[in-house]
Amino acid sequence: MAIPPNVSPAAFNAALDAWRDAVGPEWVFTSEEDVALYRDAYSPFWGEPEERVASAAVAPATVEEVQAVVRAANEHRVPLYPISTGRNLAYGGSAPIYSGSVVLDLKRMNRVLEVNERNAYALVEPGVSYFDLYEHITKAGLDLWIDPPDPGWGSVIGNALDGGAGWTAYPFRDHFGAHCGMEVVLANGEIVRTGMGALPNSKSWQHSRWGYGPWVDGLFRQSNFGVVTKMGFWLMPRPEAMMSSMATSEREEDIIPMLDALNLLENQHVVNGSTQIFQGGRGPAGSAAWTIQVPIYGPEKVVRAQMDYAKAKFTAIPGVKFVEGELFRTPLTPEQLSRVRLVNFGIPNLSTFAMLGRNPGAPDPAGGHIGFSPIVPRTGESLLEFKRFYAENLPKVTNGENLGITGPVYMTCWERTLVCLIMFPIGRDKAMNAKMRHAFETWVRLAAERGWAEYRAPAVYQDLVADTYSFNNHALRRLRETLKDAIDPNGILSAGRYGVWPKHLRKT
Amino acid sequence: MTRSRTSLLRSTLLLSALGALASVAYAADAPGQPQSAISGEKVYERWCAPCHAPGPGHPGTQSLQVKYGGKTPAVLLERTDLSPEAVSVFVRQGLLMMAPFRKTEITDAELAALSAFVARNYKGR
Repeated sequence: MAIPPNVSPAAFNAALDAWRDAVGPEWVFTSEEDVALYRDAYSPFWGEPEERVASAAVAPATVEEVQAVVRAANEHRVPLYPISTGRNLAYGGSAPIYSGSVVLDLKRMNRVLEVNERNAYALVEPGVSYFDLYEHITKAGLDLWIDPPDPGWGSVIGNALDGGAGWTAYPFRDHFGAHCGMEVVLANGEIVRTGMGALPNSKSWQHSRWGYGPWVDGLFRQSNFGVVTKMGFWLMPRPEAMMSSMATSEREEDIIPMLDALNLLENQHVVNGSTQIFQGGRGPAGSAAWTIQVPIYGPEKVVRAQMDYAKAKFTAIPGVKFVEGELFRTPLTPEQLSRVRLVNFGIPNLSTFAMLGRNPGAPDPAGGHIGFSPIVPRTGESLLEFKRFYAENLPKVTNGENLGITGPVYMTCWERTLVCLIMFPIGRDKAMNAKMRHAFETWVRLAAERGWAEYRAPAVYQDLVADTYSFNNHALRRLRETLKDAIDPNGILSAGRYGVWPKHLRKT
Repeated sequence: MTRSRTSLLRSTLLLSALGALASVAYAADAPGQPQSAISGEKVYERWCAPCHAPGPGHPGTQSLQVKYGGKTPAVLLERTDLSPEAVSVFVRQGLLMMAPFRKTEITDAELAALSAFVARNYKGR
């Protein structure tokens, strides 16, 4: 049996005994075989000493059990690493940041506690996946959509806390932004409810986001200040229709006025769908330099009117063509469902892995992947700057080799920004993984020199990326460390997550 | 630094490859539930079908189609060469983009039912 670092066998055994009492012995995993299930299948350090691995795992089913587990860990100074469904692949999966931590596996907390159709919200536990919430809503016959990210097996809470985004309408596809109210177990085992939830017998926990006094919900995003055990989310009432059109141009420089038009339309809330920007593609006049997908959700008449407005804005740009897409009335027919991207219609699935996995164009894939996802301002100039930056630096980053790195993909998850995604294949070949690591680390450094940094990072690179947020001698990190020391003085929760380490593990 | 390894990994590599992912279930709390009450088909539908069902949009099926080129069925439930033991190893070891499934996702009892269901046409070798 593995022992967490800086923990005596006696203290660890005492914690294990307490956990077995709390959750039942069958939900405390210490055998090598069981603990191996918590390895990060997409680790860029797979099989190397630097791979982040757990020492054990404990899986409570209720918030009371979470409290008991955390209290025992705090008493015996055992590092814990909470996961929700453990499917945060490419960002660490179910493995801890700090090797030797005990994974606090919340998958068994799998209840959809409430879905309210009239006020359009849900309250869920961490083990609830997008598949689960979709199934619950569908079986109940509620006229609500969820907003799934690409893989539907992830946790609704976990994805929101890690900063994930989906593919339907704004603001719902900003998953943390769409939350309303949390329940959190702190490192001392105490339960806190945020927002209106702090009111005993609150009637508006999932109705009003801000509550009263300083708002603390953001402290639990990409953080290690507590274990979130419940979270509310605002849901989109099923829209009557969705229509996605296409603006294209054959000239490279047209991306500048095209993104200005798109920004105006998004900021006016005329275009609310998840737009996509493609380089190349086939426009109405043949090959196009740029194609922008323009989706709008809403009542059919409103969608048609807003699309007319969008068309006028795009076609006012000389040389830009606009092709109106099919209008889909919801719910879609099976035939329609067979030819659309399901996540755009609130239906979770795993088809994204068809692109990432073995396919005719990639018959021998590495298996896993990680992504570098810097946030860039949503302007054509910035996009073209990033495009040049990528092309100019790719040979340097890869030492001239073709490593299978792909990108950039320009994503428009959030208003006013682009996510310029670069993907790296990760497998079991240590030499190739070392090259990927070199490439990733170099991109982080080069991008930071231009004022770009990631919104989210693979587990093993959370320190590296946090280091780039260094304004005023890392003032933000020091503030977070001050908070960490106050909220979790023994430093037992998710040491190292997003670059925040407890006092006893800091390097300086 | 603590490390966890499993010797089963080696045996996985000796078996023919499955590229697969699966969907997420309400994790049924198996303790106290008799094993006979677990439907392997239901476990399959919840955890395996999103990747291994027939047709486009199923990454596991696509992967096996490319791997075998039609010589072996790409649809998991059409296979006759998968033993229950092989199914269990793939679930617990994962392969390529398919990460392993933890016991909080698929319990040992559910895995036994799932393996028996997927391997129901196993003809041996």
